[in-house]
Parts: sequence; structure tokens; C-alpha cells
Amino acid sequence: MAQTIHKYDAVVVGAGGAGMRCSLQLAKAGLRVAVLSKVFPTRSHTVAAQGGIGASLGNMDEDNWHYHFYDTVKGSDWLGDQDAIEFMCREAPKVVYELEHMGMPFDRNPDGTIYQRPFGGHSAKYGEKPVPRACAAADRTGHAMLHTLYQNNVRNKTQFFVEWMALDLIRDSEGDVVGVTALEMETGEVAIFHAKCVLLATGGAGRIFAASTNAFINTGDGLGMAARAGIPLEDMEFWQFHPTGVHNAGVLLTEGCRGEGAILRNKHGERFMERYAPKLKDLAPRDFVSRCMDQEIKEGRGCGPNGDYIALDLTHLGGETIMKRLPSVHEIGKNFANVDVIKEPIPVVPTIHYQMGGVPTNIHGQVVVPKNGTPNSIINGLYAIGEASCVSVHGANRLGTNSLLDLLVFGRAAGNHLIDTALASKSHKPLPANAADYSLSRIDVLDKSSGGEYPQDVANDLRKTMQLHAGVFRTQASMDEGVSKVLAIDERAKHLSLKDKSKIFNTARIEALEVANLMEAAKATMVSAAARKESRGAHTVDDYGDTPEHPLGRNDVEWMKHTLWYSEGNRLDYKPVNLKPLTVESIPPVKRTF
Amino acid sequence: MADKRIFEIYRYDPDTDAKPRMQTYEVELDGSERMLLDALMKLKKQDDSISFRRSCREGVCGSDAMNINGKNGLACLTNMLTLPQKVTLRPLPGLPVVRDLIVDMSQFFKQYHSIKPYIVNETPPPEKERLQSQEDREELNGLYECILCACCSTSCPSFWWNPDKFVGPAGLLAAYRFIADSRDQVKEERLENLEDPYRLFRCHTIMNCVDVCPKGLNPTKAIGKIKEMLVKRA
Repeated sequence: MAQTIHKYDAVVVGAGGAGMRCSLQLAKAGLRVAVLSKVFPTRSHTVAAQGGIGASLGNMDEDNWHYHFYDTVKGSDWLGDQDAIEFMCREAPKVVYELEHMGMPFDRNPDGTIYQRPFGGHSAKYGEKPVPRACAAADRTGHAMLHTLYQNNVRNKTQFFVEWMALDLIRDSEGDVVGVTALEMETGEVAIFHAKCVLLATGGAGRIFAASTNAFINTGDGLGMAARAGIPLEDMEFWQFHPTGVHNAGVLLTEGCRGEGAILRNKHGERFMERYAPKLKDLAPRDFVSRCMDQEIKEGRGCGPNGDYIALDLTHLGGETIMKRLPSVHEIGKNFANVDVIKEPIPVVPTIHYQMGGVPTNIHGQVVVPKNGTPNSIINGLYAIGEASCVSVHGANRLGTNSLLDLLVFGRAAGNHLIDTALASKSHKPLPANAADYSLSRIDVLDKSSGGEYPQDVANDLRKTMQLHAGVFRTQASMDEGVSKVLAIDERAKHLSLKDKSKIFNTARIEALEVANLMEAAKATMVSAAARKESRGAHTVDDYGDTPEHPLGRNDVEWMKHTLWYSEGNRLDYKPVNLKPLTVESIPPVKRTF
Repeated sequence: MADKRIFEIYRYDPDTDAKPRMQTYEVELDGSERMLLDALMKLKKQDDSISFRRSCREGVCGSDAMNINGKNGLACLTNMLTLPQKVTLRPLPGLPVVRDLIVDMSQFFKQYHSIKPYIVNETPPPEKERLQSQEDREELNGLYECILCACCSTSCPSFWWNPDKFVGPAGLLAAYRFIADSRDQVKEERLENLEDPYRLFRCHTIMNCVDVCPKGLNPTKAIGKIKEMLVKRA
């Protein structure tokens, strides 16, 4: 049966902050753009971001992009590319002002400017003291931003394909990307989207872990699409643990709590971060704070009957500040921990939150891979932005507020670049014959399946395995064991079985297709992690500790390089970190103290 | 600590069913299922064909709105301790059912789009942000937080009767969010757009919307303010 073919200048896969910032740019330029999304746009996971958008507006204290640049490089543990970081930090004020002009309901200062709060790892004067840099709408910044972007897309008549799940990239014989296949969830039909350019903005794969702050939809669909199409994934061993996930619930409590003055305490009530980070204290970067919390728990100073959590204390902030600046935190405390944060501390643990790695790109969002000796050779017709991508501004550890910033800066930049590219190529490259066959055969296998395992049983085993072997606390032996376990699960994932064979909004089928994507993300993570024989940022391995030669276990001579994982044969390759910014001096690596 | 619950769930798959039916399930909870959504996920393991939307599981994305024992709410914010032993789940009332607990929300979003949900300000923007006083910003509290879950509009009898003509509580809350924004320049047109026997005035302050809003918002109050402005204008 022939598939329906939709023809557009550009197809954006994903309607979160990055995808919609990009599509807005495209729609405004009058391009024919289709945005595919598994969920209604305002349900995308950007909606759950709480704390703020990092930009050196300097509204409340002296600040400039050089400080922001320095903090981000240091935060990345020198794995971030300094050209991309400079680009992001310089563009930051502009994209925040634009968002304000679009109607974003930012909180305000008495002089009417945008309110900013301090955030982890953001400092003035190169690490001297915390600086308010997070532009915030209460603790609902992501929600306010996502809705504002959706509203402006509505105004500019962007065409959304809501509840369509993208399945596979279509590459022609020259390797150029000429479209995607996608499944309409309501009807179960597969269609082809023929495009001059395809942009992946599908978010992260946080659901490869058992305890995660991430939404159910964060299954790394773009990563799976790229990996199946022979494109490598970069730096997938780096996963951020957010210090303050609600104990036993996984729900996120914003770092903005600590930005507003909340304190982490151990069972003695001690503000232990003072010992570890004398300058930034509770506002040290997330990888650092998470490790300190882990250390406190391991050394027997955790709270609760099992000594297995840390207390986040907001009580001294007072009810008025909490209800004004952190209303959702109050609501979450009530709903998910039976705690009134105005009156008592709330139990928290470091929880998987963010994927630093992704599909490798340059600062225009173009996907780049090694080819004929060049490490960053462009794949025509393919872009990636946001959490799905690795540009790399976050390196081995992202700073809070830099994710929303990343979406805006690179969504806009990719949009602008796409407009030039799409307009330059007058016609579409032809689709290869049988462009949908690969996707159709994947669905056909599920439709004919019987006797195999349920997708969710396999996925749950995967999540447990990843939690155990690629968690906040890593050892070489455990990671090596994790590799063989994940590869064994990968075999099981090839024989999934559905009971539900309906065409209509078949969520069981969607979940099975998601498992294929989770598997690619998990293999990339586990294999890349076991191969990296050092500690850097969020990848902290017990075997590689602090020595004079390798401060905090970081081995710059051998390992200051990006990992590239290829699905075929689980092959690894590496490429150098770009230490050269666009216009300023490079920040040379030093031991990270706060 | 066995906690045995009976679930009665509205089932309809147009692919195979001639008409909708209620299906009963028994599920044993072990205490780890804090919220209704957790219990539903457990149930879906028993029967993978039970269909519902879900995403953030923390009440901010608005996906998992459904009718829970006769009242609209979000599954992810409904604590199992607040529910009786028997739980009856139906799709949001008044919208066409796609399958099981999944409704077609086109009409709901059409009404949202009809109020022009975006700031209109034709003055060229300054180099930096447009200034807004803290008092003006506070006007937006209780309005901008809407998650478009549709619990309110689908609990409103006026919306049930006239979903094509009455904007509904969610759309009207959004309308007032833009009317109230000091940065918007087309308040008059916005009021004009609502001055209609159906679009706004079908609200008879039944207040079901306020009762069910999972975010604690008050569409009736916003609607009242719009009515007041229209009266003043007249």
C-alpha cells in the first residue's frame, strides 16, 4: 500500500522549547514547516522546567556574558566546546528579551525589569560569589515559556501534527536526509514527510533510568532515529543528577529553592555544603552537590529511619516568599511528600534529570559526524537542537538554567540557518524507493508478534539495570557488568509482543516503539561510560579518584575528548574538544573547586 | 497491607467495539502507587489495551485529565487515599471519545485559539525588556498557570450544550489573561470578540470549573471581570 506523502520545506520533530523556538523562526520567515509531536505541544517536557533561564542581564547585580561563559566552561568540567559556549552566553540576553516581547510573564523587580535569582554554579567575577542570573516566572518558568512559544506559533500559523510519533529518518544514497516517517496515533497510519531539512528536537531519554525527574514521553526518540540511521551519539555517558528530587517520588524541586536561600542539611541539621564548597555552598554546580549529598549519606549522616535522604530546608524563607517565588514547590511538597515546606524540611535525593550528550552538531544545529578524517563533517538536511543534541555547551555537567537557554539560543540559530539552507535549495531531493519500508517492517513485526515479552517488562528491567550500573555512584566493575546486562536486554527487546493490535490510538504499540529508542540511548550510555577511564563532571567513577596527577580523577591528557558511539557493533570513536572560543581567550582547565 | 481496589473503566475501541462498555478490573496495590496514575500504570500491565494519555506525572503538562468517580481531575494528582475502594473512570464528558479515556480535544483547543491567545503590541520593542510594574505583573497570577487540561470546560454544562459557540472557562480564563496584561494593546478588540450571547454570556456561574481545576484557578472570577468590563464599556 502506498503511503501518504506530505511535502514541506522543513519538518521539525518535537514541539518542546527548542522545536517551537525553531518553528517560530521558520513560520515567521514564511517557510512551509510541519511540526510533529507525540503530545499536544504544551504537554512537552519543557513545561516542567521550574527555576529560570540563564542570561547575564545584570538586572539585580553586576553581571556580563564573560562571567556566564567562564561558569559554563568550568561547570562543564572542560568537556564543553568553548565556541558553542561563547555563542550561547553572548546570545542569552537577546533571546530572553525576545521572549519577554512575545509576552512571557516573567516576575519583575521594583523597577519593572525581569526578576533574576541566583542558581547553582552561576557566579560573578569568575567564581567569587553567586550572582542572580536566572530569569524566572515564579517556579513555573518552563511552563510559562512553553505556553508563550506555543501561543506565538499559533499567531504565526505554524502547522502542527499533534500526536504523531516520528519513526525513522529517510536518507538517500548519498547519505543526505530527505525526510522522516511518522505514525499518526489516532489512526495508526504511517506517512512520509518529504522535506528539504529535518530537525530533531525530541528531548532527552531520561526514561532509561528507574528514578528520574523526567516525563513518560522522554524516551529519546530522536536518538533512536539517529542511531538507527547510522549517526553516532556524543557524550552519552554524561547524565545529570539533580540534587533535589523528592525522595521516593522522583518529582523535581527546583534549584531555585536554594537560589532563594534554601539549605541542604544532614541528619545533624548541619549545612554540610559549607564544608565542601566554601564560596558557593549550596549553590555549587549540580554534579558537585549531588556527590556531596551522596557522600553524606554514605558516611552515615543521611536523614530518616534508613538514613537514605537529605533534608532540603526552606522554613527560614517564610511563607510569603515561598508562596510568591516557589508556589509549585509548595504544591509538590504537599502532593508528593505530605510536607508543608513552609513548616518543615522536605526529604530529597539526587535524581536523574538531564542528558548532556546527544546527536552531535555545530553551533548552527547542523548534525556533524567524522568523515574522511574530518571530525565534524556535515550531514546534509539534518539538524538537531535542545536536549536531543550535543553541541556541546554542557560538556560533562550542565549548569541549571542553561537548558532553557540552550533551547532558545539554538532553536533560533538553527531556525535562521535552516531558512538559508531551505531557501537555497530550490527543490526537494527525490525520496528513495520504498522510503517507508523500514518503518513499516518494524510495525509489522509488532502487529504479528505473539509469545514475546511485554514492552514495559523489558523497559523496566532496562531502567533497573541502568539505575544500578550507570547511576550517580559508578565503579569500573559495575559499569563493565552493566554493558553485558544491557546487551542481553537488547536481545530481549527484539522480541516484544503486544496483546493490543488495534489501529486506533494504540498506546501499547507506541510504548513498544519507544522501547526501541530507549535501547539505543541506554546502550550508548552504558558502553560510553564503561569506556571512559576517568572521572569528569557527572561521570564520577570510584576507581578514578583524586590524585596530584589527575585532580578529582580527571585525566585531561588522555580523556579531554568527546565520545562518539555508533549503534552498529557498539563501536566507539572520539573527537577533540574545541577549546577555542569565537572571540575571547580560552579558559584553561584547572581543578574544580567552589 | 493488601489494598484491593475495584476499577470500573469506560472502554471503547471503534476498531472493534460496536458501542462503549464498562469493564471491571481488580487490582492489588502495594502502597507504592501513591497516585491514581500509578495505579493505572499497574493496571495497564495487566491489560495493555487500556488507553489513556499521560506524560509529566506531576500535574503540569495537563495530559491525564479524566472523569474520576463522577468528577473531573488529573490522575497524577489524585491521591489513592482520597478514593474509595471502587473507582469509576470515564473520559472527560462532552467531547467525542477517540478510544477509552482518550477524548478528541479539537473543539476545546479551537475555542482557546479563538480568543487570540498571544500578546499583541505593535510598538517596536525596546532593545531590552518591556518594563512592567510588579503590581501589573501580579494581575496575571491565577491566570497564566492554566495547563489546558480541559477539566473545567468539560465539567461545564454550558460548554456541553454549546461547545462550538461558548468559549468555555479555560478559553475565557486565557482571554482575561491577555486582557489583564499591561503589555497588550488590543483590549477593546478582545472585549469585542467576546461580546456575544454565546461566547461569554453562556456562563451562568455554575462554578463547576472552580470546583474541579487541579491548579486551583478560578475561571468564574476571570469571567466576572470580563463581564464587568463589558458592562462598564456599554
